[in-house]
Amino acid sequence: MSQETLRKIEASQLKTDFTDFQVGDNVCVKVLIREGTKERTQNFEGMVIAIKGGGINKSFTVRRTFQGIAIERTFMVHSPKVVELKVLRKGKARRAKLYYMRDRIGTKKTRLREDSARIAKEFKQKLIDQESKESKPKAKKEAAAKTAVEEAATPAS
Amino acid sequence: MATTTQDYGVVGKKVGMTQIFGEDGDVIPVTVVEISENIVTDIKTQARDGYTAVQVGNFTKRDKLVKKPQLAKLQKDNLPSLSKFFEFRTYETVEGIKVGDAIDIEAFFKDLKTVKVTGTSIGKGFQGGVKRHNMSVGRRSHGSKSKRQVGSSGAGTDPGRVFKGKRMPGRMGNKQISINKAKVVKYDAENRLVLLRGPVPGKKGSILRFSARCVKSWNHYNKDA
Repeated sequence: MSQETLRKIEASQLKTDFTDFQVGDNVCVKVLIREGTKERTQNFEGMVIAIKGGGINKSFTVRRTFQGIAIERTFMVHSPKVVELKVLRKGKARRAKLYYMRDRIGTKKTRLREDSARIAKEFKQKLIDQESKESKPKAKKEAAAKTAVEEAATPAS
Repeated sequence: MATTTQDYGVVGKKVGMTQIFGEDGDVIPVTVVEISENIVTDIKTQARDGYTAVQVGNFTKRDKLVKKPQLAKLQKDNLPSLSKFFEFRTYETVEGIKVGDAIDIEAFFKDLKTVKVTGTSIGKGFQGGVKRHNMSVGRRSHGSKSKRQVGSSGAGTDPGRVFKGKRMPGRMGNKQISINKAKVVKYDAENRLVLLRGPVPGKKGSILRFSARCVKSWNHYNKDA
């Protein structure tokens, strides 16, 4: 019961439509910045090297190298400051945390192969979703017709 | 002088801890406290009781589980079967409320930035000096024979005894603890929940008293009025 109450409080703060992403993806995070009274967004581009926590405490770390200096920033997924996330490139990571990237230098060594399997799977799912959307009204009609027939048949028996 | 809810207090139950995002996107650790209906069960007056206070009842239970003398009194006043009673001292005899009234919780938390929270800390059992009094630990290697020992308890023949109040191992926790200025982050009137910043004493489900004022001692109030 008490856990339910806590979940409810947390649920009101969770983002439901946040973009799906995985470790190894190159992402662009839009971060809200407040300068006095003005508000603007700043982009932070890099590779997701870790996803930590769950629920309201979920966070991810983005690493980017700029002019030979690497920067890592950790964001809370559900923070109001993280406005948007775009996946630029889906990388194939073979472990959950890519801390080994910290020891690597150079553009070629810090690259990951593109996750073609995931891209293909997501594309397929997209097609299926589209198809089911189109065929849904048809299926509904058919089901309605079926129940009507059944209803007509029951009093006779 | 008219008394307001903030002159006495309310009682609630600890639900647990979580975190919420503040306006600036900062993470605020919060303790959630559920405040069910607080009912005035008695008003203590200077003339009758020798001090002034409001007695508040909370947490209804089956009739069987309420103590008989208390149940008889509750039934006399046509009140539900409350199981727990608390007293809040006041400066003067309280006016404007009577026995059987539900305390206006919303009025209590309205515009309240900090609140005094009193509860019972989690019992830790019999603990050594290191955990209980933050004493230093001894060396763990090099043949040390004093790893987490208390050490010397005093000088030699001169006092010939251990001074009173010498910090030693013993029972820890399960004590009344107050936080004088706990920040109120939010009051959710719909669900009767209060969010306080940071931790408060006790486990989940433990009872907490809230009062708007921090009065250290009531001894000099209404002494011979």
